Amino acid sequence: MFDIKDPNSIQLNSAGQLKHFITTEGLSRELLTEILETADSFVDMNAQQVKKVPLLRGKTVVNLFFESSTRTLSTFELAAKRLSADVLNLNISTSSTSKGETLKDTLQTLEAMHSDMFVVRHSDSGAAHFIAEHVTPNVAVINAGDGRHAHPTQAMLDMLTIRRHKGDFSPLIVAIVGDILHSRVARSQIHALRILGAAEIRVIAPTTLLPRNIEALGVKVFTHMQTGLKDADVVIMLRLQKERMQSALLPSESEFYKLFGLTNEKLQHAKPDAVVMHPGPINRGVEIESAVADGPQSLILDQVTNGIAVRMAVMSMSMSGQMAEKNMKAEA
Amino acid sequence: MLVIQNGRLIDPKNKLDKICDLYIQNGKVIAIGQAPEGFAETLSANQIIDATGLVVTPGLIDLCAHVREPGYTQKGTIASETAAAVAGGITTMVTPPTTKPVVDNPAVAEMIIDRAEATGLAQVLPMGALTQGLEGEQLAPLHALSSSGCVAFSNARKSIPSALVLLRCLEYAATHDFLVIFQPQDHHLADKGCMHDDITCTRLGLSGIPETAETVEVARCLLLVEQTGVRAHFGQLSAERSVRMVTDARQRGLNVTADVAIHHLLLTDVNVNGFNSMFHVIPPLRSQLDRAGLLHGLVTDGIQAICSDHQPHDPAAKQAPFASTDPGISGLETLLPLCLRLVRQELLSLPQLIEKLTSAPAAILSLDKGSLGVGSIADICIFNPETEWQLTSVNCVSAGKNSPFMNIPLKGKVTHTLIKGKTVYQAS
Repeated sequence: MFDIKDPNSIQLNSAGQLKHFITTEGLSRELLTEILETADSFVDMNAQQVKKVPLLRGKTVVNLFFESSTRTLSTFELAAKRLSADVLNLNISTSSTSKGETLKDTLQTLEAMHSDMFVVRHSDSGAAHFIAEHVTPNVAVINAGDGRHAHPTQAMLDMLTIRRHKGDFSPLIVAIVGDILHSRVARSQIHALRILGAAEIRVIAPTTLLPRNIEALGVKVFTHMQTGLKDADVVIMLRLQKERMQSALLPSESEFYKLFGLTNEKLQHAKPDAVVMHPGPINRGVEIESAVADGPQSLILDQVTNGIAVRMAVMSMSMSGQMAEKNMKAEA
Repeated sequence: MLVIQNGRLIDPKNKLDKICDLYIQNGKVIAIGQAPEGFAETLSANQIIDATGLVVTPGLIDLCAHVREPGYTQKGTIASETAAAVAGGITTMVTPPTTKPVVDNPAVAEMIIDRAEATGLAQVLPMGALTQGLEGEQLAPLHALSSSGCVAFSNARKSIPSALVLLRCLEYAATHDFLVIFQPQDHHLADKGCMHDDITCTRLGLSGIPETAETVEVARCLLLVEQTGVRAHFGQLSAERSVRMVTDARQRGLNVTADVAIHHLLLTDVNVNGFNSMFHVIPPLRSQLDRAGLLHGLVTDGIQAICSDHQPHDPAAKQAPFASTDPGISGLETLLPLCLRLVRQELLSLPQLIEKLTSAPAAILSLDKGSLGVGSIADICIFNPETEWQLTSVNCVSAGKNSPFMNIPLKGKVTHTLIKGKTVYQAS
């Protein structure tokens, strides 16, 4: 009796351009490729002496972090500055919400400051979607991670890293290992890999760390590391939070490491030229061996570099999507 | 004196379905069809309701509707929610003990009953708490609560961790032949979940509530019901397997019944796509298979009644990211039109539907209500099954405007509601 909501409807303008970036799910291959190509050009620029472009000059970007983060926040800040925006970082977890202010109130207060873009991280799945629904027109919302739902810029920087090393997605076997259940990164990666046409997407984890019916997202499920890694081109390790041990999801870190930790020995099962990635911060000796994290197959530091470029790309694209929509409305 | 003329009178308990007149005097039905002797030959206009083209039924009885008073009056009051009830044709509603303070002492029960009576609108019948403070540890004073008007006892969705405590609660209730209502949910399995644990939940990254959160508790309750012989009712079942378990128990001769909330018959977990908090309910909207199982239970009489599971909220309670919103749908005013969809889909005949909204819930509660035989109390619902309308935040009577069914086409609208022969609601 109701139309089922298209997850895309909120993040595209009427011309099909990005105006918010909430999730990778349901976006077209063309759009994801456009993000990667735009980001590619920023990677090259970031390596030069002068690292600034005026794409967001005069715009105010508010980094709205309801969950603490160092890495993601600083790459978003740097990305906004390289686009010449004014940046305001707000760590809300320690201010308003503890005083009982609702998310909507916080949002309205910030809107009164005439911001142009919110970069949002929140522990509730759907928070970025909620903000995009309630924000005033022409303000772009970029999801910097919401609960277990999505972390689309992380997924896209991973896609950029894969593309820069492997080129074409179509022959690739990609294995995602670890705490899939609680991972917004894994969900966004799975959608992106499927859209970009990866040959096979695998998830490897004990059943306690797998969400129900994850197969429906188009992945193959493995509960045994060696089998799951066989012939993989890309191995993505996920961070394991320490509190998982307290909720009977796992017996111990050491048992997890023994069965699912990525060691050079286990990596032998993947293709010889397989690359290893991790969204960070890494737990050495829990999900990954130091020798692998620092080894020749690791792209962990490339990921950080690419993160700035991808964030510059989606910020500039969604701002221009908002401008385009504003102009279309003005003409109409 | 009042006559309801020319309506289609449906009284499932008396197996009546025909177009005829209904005569009312002193708050009671005094005759059906033929005017009784001595009934005034000339009635004034305000003593006649022309029900041509309308359906006349006993007032609806809702087995679960939260009125929020005492304790949560920012969400709704007895005055606001009894007014919403009569706008929906509901003349009697049973309210769970989850008020603040909870209904675990006679003063709270009496206060609810008295305040509802003072409105002169729908009758509110409280469920008493099964344990003190709903804390699942000590038995509440069931006999005193019953004497002050509680029609049944429930621990709502609060857990009774000890099976021994639950067993004793049921034994004590059985001693006095009290009805126990379960709203089954295993506290640990439900954990911090907010929707059905399946593909949509996986995609949205929300915390899931598996169907075992319901079925494990249904199984535990049924085994203890069997041991104690208590009269038991399961409220708002959401999973197909729960319906099968309760049906099996009935077939083995246990004194158990069940109801379902109307939204579980119409919606599934897929509706949560887009994170619309209006679809946040507990128990959660489940799979298409579960929905089919509930409908099957309804038509095969595994489920005897349909309720609104009305839960009004203030706007702020629904304006947050999905998991941080309060669960529940404001459902009194949409109960009847939504139920009529089941008739249009030919799942139930109109009299079968009316039975599930009137005489069946009355029988579950052992209430002398829900029928329109001569001598019955004249609690009456009159509706036009063809009227097309929409519920909006403007015409919604309930204080809670939280409904996914707002601003969508509905068919079937209450025209009059009578309590003890007095018109307490008339559609404008």
